Amino acid sequence: MILYHLNHLRELEAEAIYIIRETASQFERPAMLFSGGKDSIVMTHLARKAFYPARIPFPLLHIDTGHNFPETIEFRDKMVAEIGANLIVRNVQDSINSGRAKEEKGPNASRNMLQTITLLDALEELKVDAAMGGARRDEEKARAKERFFSHRDEFGQWDPKNQRPELWMLLNGRKHQGEHFRVFPLSNWTEMDVWMYIAMEKIDIPNIYFTHQREIVKRDGMLLANSEYITVRETEKAEMMTVRFRTIGDMTCTGAVLSPANSLQQIIEEVAASKTTERGTRSDDKRSETAMEDRKKAGYF
Amino acid sequence: MSDFSKDGYLNMELLRFTTAGSVDDGKSTLIGRLLYDSKQIFEDQLEAIEQRSSQRGFEHVDLSLLTDGLKAEREQGITIDVAYRYFATPKRKFIIADTPGHIQYTRNMVTGASTANAALILVDARKGVLEQTIRHSFIASLLQIPHLIICINKMDLVNYEEAAFEKVVDEFKSLSSKLDIKDVSFLPISALLGDNVVDKSKNMSWYNGPTLMYLLENLHISSDENHIDCRFPVQYVIRPQQTEYHDYRGYAGRISSGIFKPGDKIKVLPSEEIATVKTIELFGEEIPEAYSPMSVTITLDRDVDISRGDMIVRENNVPNILQEFDVMVCWLNSTPLQGGGKYALRHTTKDARCIIKDIRYKIDISTLHRNEEDKKIGMNDIARISIKTTVPIFFDSYRKNRHTGSIILIDESTNETIGAGMIV
Repeated sequence: MILYHLNHLRELEAEAIYIIRETASQFERPAMLFSGGKDSIVMTHLARKAFYPARIPFPLLHIDTGHNFPETIEFRDKMVAEIGANLIVRNVQDSINSGRAKEEKGPNASRNMLQTITLLDALEELKVDAAMGGARRDEEKARAKERFFSHRDEFGQWDPKNQRPELWMLLNGRKHQGEHFRVFPLSNWTEMDVWMYIAMEKIDIPNIYFTHQREIVKRDGMLLANSEYITVRETEKAEMMTVRFRTIGDMTCTGAVLSPANSLQQIIEEVAASKTTERGTRSDDKRSETAMEDRKKAGYF
Repeated sequence: MSDFSKDGYLNMELLRFTTAGSVDDGKSTLIGRLLYDSKQIFEDQLEAIEQRSSQRGFEHVDLSLLTDGLKAEREQGITIDVAYRYFATPKRKFIIADTPGHIQYTRNMVTGASTANAALILVDARKGVLEQTIRHSFIASLLQIPHLIICINKMDLVNYEEAAFEKVVDEFKSLSSKLDIKDVSFLPISALLGDNVVDKSKNMSWYNGPTLMYLLENLHISSDENHIDCRFPVQYVIRPQQTEYHDYRGYAGRISSGIFKPGDKIKVLPSEEIATVKTIELFGEEIPEAYSPMSVTITLDRDVDISRGDMIVRENNVPNILQEFDVMVCWLNSTPLQGGGKYALRHTTKDARCIIKDIRYKIDISTLHRNEEDKKIGMNDIARISIKTTVPIFFDSYRKNRHTGSIILIDESTNETIGAGMIV
């Protein structure tokens, strides 16, 4: 008797839509963080579903590090035009130019940490009181403890010891002046769920998730895309490889995987057979065991 | 990782369960064992715990390290609160609400239990039913978790003897007669060695029941939801600012219970206006039958004044509409409950305020004794209280409906969620 029972993807979808609608209802100036990665694409798709036939009633906010894959930016602009969304872009470069952020030096320099400054500045400037992000609890142990509605103090900081208990689906978004929330509609999704949902809903994603030829630099066990943003050391050399990306972040810290997968079905089979976690391709998480926890406390997603 | 065929994965169900037990019951080991034996551990994760096990001089890989938490927790040797973990088999996707066993167990277990289909309660086979087993079982029954699984663990330390298992089963049965539990199973296991967790034990030929994994994969959960009483709390009103949808009014929300269909005669609360469901839709797709926990948009045959916090129900099946009622409350905050105090209240999508009219009794959750004298309700206490709300609340008893029978209380000065309430 399975008649009145949803499959797990539909149940996760219903939960995420509920959270997105709750955010639009409880907050005055919500925004949805958009990075061009698959999780934020799925979240945007869910936001469209939540309010259809109306347009998404809040802006998409992209914190552009300036180190994005060009394919990501191209995809972003096409998608935004298609769905009629309001996109706001804030640039890490501007934070650097104005002296708010200081560029890291050296061959492993990354703008990952600097994003937090631009993000917090943007939230303040735009008076955003709830910023939705596509982070998932299965990604990392600090994220395993996140709430759907995650409370942040005036400085945008996450205090893991002072989070509100969330019971049933009764979400409490009440706050004092100056405080804001991060909201995570995809909390209960896994990497596999995201891929299956993309396949089920036929959602368009950037082509670098599929196999392609690319010039790659091997560094610390990672396959980094060669670009103007990384410095190739004397001991390294750039070589052409058949790769795809399992996650999309900055070109400086997102590693590729060797893969011939050129369809969603093949990607799903690859994810199912994978022996390492998705964050294993991210050097920003490899900096220390508590890298994510430390960044979250400082206001990162 | 397990191999998923695409269609198989689409037919998977979602099962949420919570785990309860104290630090020494082997709860972390059991979760680690479920993840490990179902091949959900990635190489980079396994390497990390192998390394840390050998650093600590352990003989075996300590699977409990898989659920190790934050730096903030390790520094203080505690677990902050509920951590969520995920694994899947070709049949089901599982969400574990892993709640720690230290002093704040009640608050955390109540949180984890509030959305669970099943509760796993660990009992040490050597120690039998303890005070904390009573607490955990009481919370599971109070929160109306439909399925209870009693894992009698550390069977390896009692020579896998049937008598030790039966003794715990008997002890539990005499306790559970006092509780409101619908479905309970007993399993003899060893989380450390893997007996009856994923693989059937070779050491307990006297046991013919299922393994824990088999049970989790086959629990009958499709009838856990209430499919009788139609309740649709309106969450958001969709009014497109586009000319082509000029007259469109969609009522968006998540179905709490019952089965809604186009053509249904409905009543809107609190206005009591009657209308007919025109369409039920999501993203332009019409849905012939909508039921919990679907998120949908409902349109009606005529214009009715409806806003967030209103509830759409069937004309001939309405919930209670009252301003005074009793609640079993679990207190979540270090500031105690104030008799006569005023709090913000949230029920479904409705916000209201309430005053505490009376503290009827406090429950000693170790003995289940009702104490009518002790009116001091602090963190982790459970009490029956009477409240009065500023506006009528449309509710069912929690026993009948977990969605329309639950409330949270919010401190109006700190905005913290301080009480979890189940309407009696």
